[in-house]
Amino acid sequence: MSTTTVAHHDEHQEHPTGIMRWLTTTNHKDIGTMYLTFSLVMFLVGGCMILGIRAELFKPGLQLMNPEFFNQLIGVHALIMIFAALMPAATGFANWMLPLQLGAPDMALPRLNNWGFWILPPSAVLLTLPFTLALFGIGDGALATGWTFYPPLSIQGGLGVDFAIFAIHLLGISSVLGSINIIVTIFNMRAPGMTLMKMPLFAWGWLITAFLLIATIPVLAGAVTMLLTDRHFGTHFFNAAGGGDPIMFQHLFWFFGHPEVYILLLPVWGFIPQILQTFSRKPMYGYKAQVYSLWGIGALSVVVWAHHFFAAGMPVPALLYFMYSTMAISLPLAVLFYCWIRTMWKGSMSFETPMLFTVGWIILFGIGGLTGLVLADVAADAQYHNSYFVVAHFHYTLFAGGIMGIMAGVYYWLPKMTGHMYNEKLGKLHFWLTAISFNVTFIPQFFVGLAGMPRRIPDYALQFAEFNMISSIGAFVLGLSQLLLVYNIISCVRGGQKATDRVWEGAVGLEWTLPSPPPYHSFTEQPVVK
Amino acid sequence: MVNQQQSQANKKLALKLVWVIAGALVFAFALVPLYDVICSVTGLNGKTSNTATTATAQKVDTSREVTVQFVSSVMSGLGWNFYPKQNSVTVHPGQVTSVMFEAKNITNEVVVGQAIPSVTPGIASAHLKKIECFCFTRQSLKPGEMKELPLRFFVSTDLPPEVHELTLSYSFFPVSE
Repeated sequence: MSTTTVAHHDEHQEHPTGIMRWLTTTNHKDIGTMYLTFSLVMFLVGGCMILGIRAELFKPGLQLMNPEFFNQLIGVHALIMIFAALMPAATGFANWMLPLQLGAPDMALPRLNNWGFWILPPSAVLLTLPFTLALFGIGDGALATGWTFYPPLSIQGGLGVDFAIFAIHLLGISSVLGSINIIVTIFNMRAPGMTLMKMPLFAWGWLITAFLLIATIPVLAGAVTMLLTDRHFGTHFFNAAGGGDPIMFQHLFWFFGHPEVYILLLPVWGFIPQILQTFSRKPMYGYKAQVYSLWGIGALSVVVWAHHFFAAGMPVPALLYFMYSTMAISLPLAVLFYCWIRTMWKGSMSFETPMLFTVGWIILFGIGGLTGLVLADVAADAQYHNSYFVVAHFHYTLFAGGIMGIMAGVYYWLPKMTGHMYNEKLGKLHFWLTAISFNVTFIPQFFVGLAGMPRRIPDYALQFAEFNMISSIGAFVLGLSQLLLVYNIISCVRGGQKATDRVWEGAVGLEWTLPSPPPYHSFTEQPVVK
Repeated sequence: MVNQQQSQANKKLALKLVWVIAGALVFAFALVPLYDVICSVTGLNGKTSNTATTATAQKVDTSREVTVQFVSSVMSGLGWNFYPKQNSVTVHPGQVTSVMFEAKNITNEVVVGQAIPSVTPGIASAHLKKIECFCFTRQSLKPGEMKELPLRFFVSTDLPPEVHELTLSYSFFPVSE
């Protein structure tokens, strides 16, 4: 009698059904799935916001919205895409794949993991709630300062700023919890025999990301807390009337903000070489060189922050220092590019959807990197600063370099996660539509930026009309083609051709030794790596 | 699945990382005084002293002439007119000069304001010495009152030779009691 009760109790512990399964789960695969689903939903929400912007910019003049609402949309779009779409996607992959790649039974701190995820949805609500409140006449809408919260505007702003500050606090706690978990997992939970230098590169990418996160997220949390006390408790950190300095906020913000760029990209740089070696059917070139380059970039990323505000005024020696140190980042990055291309060199390549996304990613991210080198030049930046050139540049790095990389990962691991193959034809169509419409959207923005069109303004001079119209058309095609991704993922989860254990002919790594989909509890006996 | 020993080790490492995070948070707040110290030591950011100089009078260097321009602005929320009575003066380094600014309260209430100075180019900011300035204290104006605000200063003789012109800007901020 007692044994049956215990058995029943155990089963209840393992699989509560319905919503309780997801609320209480400590299983890394469940949590990874939730992160990825959340990320996809927020990607669509943030995308709808920017389509509102592109609709307004379709023609010169003000047609659809007032400038305040326009400002709210751009700021919240950026915060959602960065904190609620890209970062959770990378964390989702970490949860799903790190234990499988390292041969660990689960993440090191499963309960913390559950908390890390469930803080996210409330913070997304906090970010977007002011839009709804404004409809009922409460407050004047969401944060309208852009995602950078620059004072004095953010000190004068309405309750949307407070909501965004609290959202940042929660998002920060979530990513810091996730980072602790990942570092502990990587250091303590590797399979016997797997030394650090035998780890999959994805683990290296995430390890550096996690260290950057725990070093810089608290600085952002501190900066927005100072903003909050300036707004409500009479402090003067950034208020010049009381002896504070608004420029100091820019230093604090970008001390976090620049490493953040690499926080978004390092996990992608981790798994891209794994995809390349799979579809080139030869071992990854320069594993050690890549590991050291990743560390080099991580270290440099915390000492270059002021290149985000060259125009704010700095003495010439400081300008030169930030210019040269920024340009120095291109050296380890060039090593990475070389290794990626060398991995494909003379390989027996095939172009399934993940590989298409990866090769497209290398080219487009390359453009993003090279235009960044232009912006790093102090003399050139005086013209490009705050123009659409900057907008185009960081979308090449963060949409192409971030989100398209994530998509490559989605197609690469989806058969492993679901046990079914996705629709290859639709996947390829999704790639081509995305890659082409992305360029149609952002190449014109380089041109209008060079010609002097400022960013974050809802109206523009007539000579920019054609390029903006092209850009808007591209943006709508880009947005709509993402529905293919959603459809493909849903139909792949629901059924389809059975995936083999190894899925891809050239796949290497512990995750491919498990069945597809892997059992709920995997590697309860840790594998031994020779 | 995860044995006791493993779980202990995990908790230990996690706790260490929490200390790193706490350290980073302390660092963020420590950057505030650090920033002020760096700015005032190097004169970066055009930050100039808001207190009277303790430097003693210097020998006037008549071989050089420096143009000092004055800029004034009033921040939103302060219902004042505020402007310098002369746009610029040309002085020799070391020569003590007096200039006047004028402020008028155009509201129907008593308003208190504080002027914040800034000097361009930044490297010159440490060399502009104020003996007397309306920016040392808060200024209070009755409704409709007009006040002359004096400034006595000199440019120190060790001003870098490449600087021929410097701009002193005052922004008046509202002070809520």
